[in-house]
Amino acid sequence: MALKQNRSILPGFGLAMGITVAYLSVLVLIPLSTIFLNTAHMGWHHFWSVVTSPRVEAAYRISFGASFLAAIIDSMLGFIAAWALTRYRFIGAGILDAIVDLPFALPTSVAGITLTAIFANNGLIGSLLAPLGIRVAFTRLGIVVALIFVGVPFVVRTVQPVLQELDPELEEAAETLGATRARTFARVILPAIVPSVLTGFALAFARGLGEYGSVIFISGNMPLRTEIAPLLIVIELEQFDYRAATAIALVVLLASFVILLAINLLQRWTARTYAL
Amino acid sequence: MSAPDRSLVGAAARPRGWIERFCRPVSGNRRTSFGDIAIVAISALFLGIFLVIPLATIFSLALKNGIHAYFRAVTEPYARSAIWLTFVTAAVVLPINLGFGLAAGWAIGKFEFRGKEFLTTLIDLPFAVSPVIGGMLFVLLFGAQGIVGPWLIAHGVKIIFAKPGIILATMFVTSPFVARELIPVMQASGSEEEQAAISLGAGGWQTFFRVTLPNVKWGVLYGVILCNARAIGEFGAVSVVSGNISGLTSTMPLYIEVLYDDYNFSAAFAVSSLLSLVAVLTLVAKRIVGRHVGVGTAASASADEELAA
Repeated sequence: MALKQNRSILPGFGLAMGITVAYLSVLVLIPLSTIFLNTAHMGWHHFWSVVTSPRVEAAYRISFGASFLAAIIDSMLGFIAAWALTRYRFIGAGILDAIVDLPFALPTSVAGITLTAIFANNGLIGSLLAPLGIRVAFTRLGIVVALIFVGVPFVVRTVQPVLQELDPELEEAAETLGATRARTFARVILPAIVPSVLTGFALAFARGLGEYGSVIFISGNMPLRTEIAPLLIVIELEQFDYRAATAIALVVLLASFVILLAINLLQRWTARTYAL
Repeated sequence: MSAPDRSLVGAAARPRGWIERFCRPVSGNRRTSFGDIAIVAISALFLGIFLVIPLATIFSLALKNGIHAYFRAVTEPYARSAIWLTFVTAAVVLPINLGFGLAAGWAIGKFEFRGKEFLTTLIDLPFAVSPVIGGMLFVLLFGAQGIVGPWLIAHGVKIIFAKPGIILATMFVTSPFVARELIPVMQASGSEEEQAAISLGAGGWQTFFRVTLPNVKWGVLYGVILCNARAIGEFGAVSVVSGNISGLTSTMPLYIEVLYDDYNFSAAFAVSSLLSLVAVLTLVAKRIVGRHVGVGTAASASADEELAA
């Protein structure tokens, strides 16, 4: 890494850069390298047998599936919520807008036990759904519900600023020129906000993959049925099987890196397309 | 929410009925249509079910067995020890990550160098890592069968299943907050003022404390608020390294799990309500400070980047 500074009269570059690099090395780089070190030690066959064992495979399927589904629902409802918050004045809008960030601020274990209490068969919402034959707590649906909660702010807060920047006069102009509202939406609004909705989706999806605290209470944690990948990592660590834990983690880690890379490419592509 | 006098002014300007008092489009001289109401209703229902109801539920379940049971739950010895450990962890982690954030902000925000983008990505990295995996990294290093763990344990240094591990895991998870708020703010404020101060004979530290810091103070505060909320509430990463020994290595979020697993639900929610109070204060503080950081401006691009938390 060539951290050569261009000439500047400001002092302190060496000190600030030294602290930054040293801290990141000790706290992030060295610890992260242990994952790759550990996996390299275990050999391909061992690695493969761990990540393809039925229990781990099922956990991956559940983690990826539930995160994907929750991110889709967050994208749709989060977009509508962002729309309502930017385009309407309504009673309670200020409070709803502020509470969007709650999943960032609320500890995940608190979210977990609370959602479980609400969606259990005798809970506030669970008791309404139970007569319909819908069980949420201790099923896969519960995992999706927890991940929807966690993902809400990612979509709303990515879409909201873009909607705010979007000039309403543009839409009015389109309508004055005879475009129907549906056509205005499809031709004027949609192209401008699709990248931000996709970014929000990807952020929510990535967060869902790694989420632990809010899920483990509501999921019931039945092997092969409602066990998520991060829980399996914890279980392997508790049994001091560091290698198995590392193998399971590596797949999750690489998946989130790929998603993040996709977000970066998406944002670069958007910047190039719109900053003419 | 619109002030009543404003809606009256609006009522004079354009035709509107009683519905417009509760809900109206921001722009356009049109009345509230059925579609408008549907959009607002869907949003309110979605945010209501997933955010408002849970927040209200925490407090109502915390007080379910009465105020006495509530106070007993949050003042018994294990609870007090968990509150103390949570406080100490935040008190250690915050200044360290503040220092790191200031250093990173100064280096990346005020100077041009090769590898800048790479360094910024590296700073953000902990946000991309599952908290459980973040905790696991320190187990792989310092655990009983880790890389340096056995040697340290033989020499009487215990990191995993002890407080140092909790602090390390929390540091890892919260390290990006101050830095990523500060880098864009430092960049936006430029370096002309600092250059002027230096050429007028001010020292480096003097320039930093007198010129730079006042310019970026709201950004610093914003990052510290977010960092604090996460440091207090981190569960996954801490859960892996702590061993969750009540009275010793149990932070508040972990202690909630212990209570919940013991079917001591009202105590679990009582402790939860304390954390929720911090969360609500965080939301309020974030909103007030966010206004100074300038929501909707270039500097606040960081405000929505923080979403990758």
